[in-house]
Amino acid sequence: MNESIDTRRRTLLAGASAAAAIGVPVLSRAQADIIRIGHLTPRTGFLGPLGEFAVQAADMAVAEINAAGGVSGRKIELLKEDSVNPQTASTKAERMIERDKVACIIGEISSASGLTISQVAERTRTLFINTGCNSDELRGKGCKKYMFHIESQNSMYVKTCGRSLLAQGLVKGKKWFSLTADYAFGHDLLRVAKRFMSANGGDFAADKLVPTDATDFSPLLLEIRNAKPDLVISNLAGNQITNFLKQYSEFGLSFPVAGFGFDTAVAWAAGRGNFMGTWPLVWHHLIDTPDSKRFVAEFSKRYSRPPENQAWGDYNAIKLTAQAMGETKSTDSTTLVEHFEKGAKFGLMKTREGYFRKSDHQMMHEMYTVQALPVAEIKNNYDIFRSSPPVPGPNESLDVIATTAEENECKMA
Amino acid sequence: MLLVQHLLNGLLAGAYYLLIALGLSLIFSLGGIVNLAHGAFYAIGAYLAVSIGASLGFSGAALLSPLLVGVLGVVIERLLFRRFYKADPTLSLLLTFGLAMVAEQALRMTFGAPPLSWSIPPGLRGQVFIGDFVYPRYRLLILSVAVACVAALWFLLQRTPFGRVVRAGVQNPDMVGALGISLEPYMAAIAFLGIGLAGLAGVMLAPIFTVHPAMGAEIITSAFVVVVIGGLGSFWGVVLAAVVVGLAKGLVTAVGYPQYSEAAIYLLMLLVLLLRPRGLFGERIQRFE
Repeated sequence: MNESIDTRRRTLLAGASAAAAIGVPVLSRAQADIIRIGHLTPRTGFLGPLGEFAVQAADMAVAEINAAGGVSGRKIELLKEDSVNPQTASTKAERMIERDKVACIIGEISSASGLTISQVAERTRTLFINTGCNSDELRGKGCKKYMFHIESQNSMYVKTCGRSLLAQGLVKGKKWFSLTADYAFGHDLLRVAKRFMSANGGDFAADKLVPTDATDFSPLLLEIRNAKPDLVISNLAGNQITNFLKQYSEFGLSFPVAGFGFDTAVAWAAGRGNFMGTWPLVWHHLIDTPDSKRFVAEFSKRYSRPPENQAWGDYNAIKLTAQAMGETKSTDSTTLVEHFEKGAKFGLMKTREGYFRKSDHQMMHEMYTVQALPVAEIKNNYDIFRSSPPVPGPNESLDVIATTAEENECKMA
Repeated sequence: MLLVQHLLNGLLAGAYYLLIALGLSLIFSLGGIVNLAHGAFYAIGAYLAVSIGASLGFSGAALLSPLLVGVLGVVIERLLFRRFYKADPTLSLLLTFGLAMVAEQALRMTFGAPPLSWSIPPGLRGQVFIGDFVYPRYRLLILSVAVACVAALWFLLQRTPFGRVVRAGVQNPDMVGALGISLEPYMAAIAFLGIGLAGLAGVMLAPIFTVHPAMGAEIITSAFVVVVIGGLGSFWGVVLAAVVVGLAKGLVTAVGYPQYSEAAIYLLMLLVLLLRPRGLFGERIQRFE
């Protein structure tokens, strides 16, 4: 008895030391069977609500890929973490890359955290696909060879919604009252919005910065009422938009409302009767394509609520990464970057396929503007808006809504 | 004219600070607990309102939700708070900080991270116009509720035997004990009132703010600022501070700097702490000296 335990112990020891000695090969053999993808996104804090959709969609994408046999027979394993803030995001990205040997990193919503993750990705030559950071700066001054953006840039949002505003005659010679979230994303968006407004003959009645933690908009609503603008423009973010919409309707103001940064969850939270105006979206659950309908049905079945636009971003980023890995038969970041840069096309549940533009790695794809439905036409808590046809139209180049090289220069190393 | 509107609006805005700060101050005065979880109870109040409101409507929610939150407060007081009345204040700070995080995460796990949709009931929508001045009817209701709470609490604390014991307990709990009065039931009652008030604030503010798991963290800091400016343990101090904080925000906005309106109240707190560390009406409470 004693002997056998001893023997077993010795075998264990030998095994352990053998494993220690050949630690690296063991790891790489384990990696041969699976592909690890790191998923980082804010799951708490003011972007947490969007992060939850991102995580659910990422899980769903991986489950579908694995159920269909994985990527060239290899299963995908998703490592998920709350990115919390820029510092934590970069620490976690580093750990995922150095320790867990992830093939790439997908996710993020905060532009500030996106920037720090991209720095780690660039240094370690690891692919990073941004699914939710909007700022033009990440595609301009902050652009990186290893960073790609499935999320649209602020300029695309502004130019998409701007078209609808031009059509409604709300720009030329009109006075805008603009409210801007007082942090990096808001400032970037305001800059782009201002450029669009002045280029098209509009002017500010007023231009106010709003602290991100402000919940009471009553003082601003009094100012808006006093200024009598032709249009109220929101460059706000997240819950700010919900608060603003609820209180705008509470104060009974009747000036048209539009915004340049938006998420469906914000409209759902404001609710019927409070949600109003014209807003741009990268995707929404009412898009009438077979792929979108299947995605919405699957997601709703799995999570008992329709997917938000953030779900679209993370789901498609993982799907297109797996597709690219299959097409190149490689998980090597540099190979994938080259593949993307050659203009590989991806189905994104829209009417046209999309591709990453070589100059700044921005996904070129269709966008939409939505307009709030009148309360009488609303049938449930989710379908509270109607959509424009895709922007750009079928005969236009996809990059007409994106920044030009002069507007946002990107110099990649 | 706009200046007057902003000042009036600031005054009214003081009402919701008041709803949260009153309970915070009550619980601190009697037990010495700095309740960092107060915002969490506010959030729970809002979530309960949405859940109850779905079947019983706004008025049902407005009655039930604060009661339930108050009862939850008593449970927390009996199980947790009372072990910390005589302990180092740092410990109760840690406890309530932890509680706040647990509550926020529990809300996230139960209701999901995305905000819930909740609106002003149709009967309370609309605005009141007085000359050029406009104000939503719902906010006037919030103001009336806040004023009613202040009046009721004042009466309870100043004009009833219950209030006399509570006030004595604030000043010198040992003496109250020596007189053969057990403070335990009073502590529980104060927890019910204070935390129930946070629940009431949640119910009242849910229709105009966003109902999301971190909504408590959003409001707790301003409430603390009000309590600190007003002076710990001072009933009227808190009331006055809520008004002053509201006015300060209104004034800063009126002169054209809404982006500094949040900073303004911290500056105000700094000034008060420098010039009058006890707060506006802060009493000298023996055991805190």
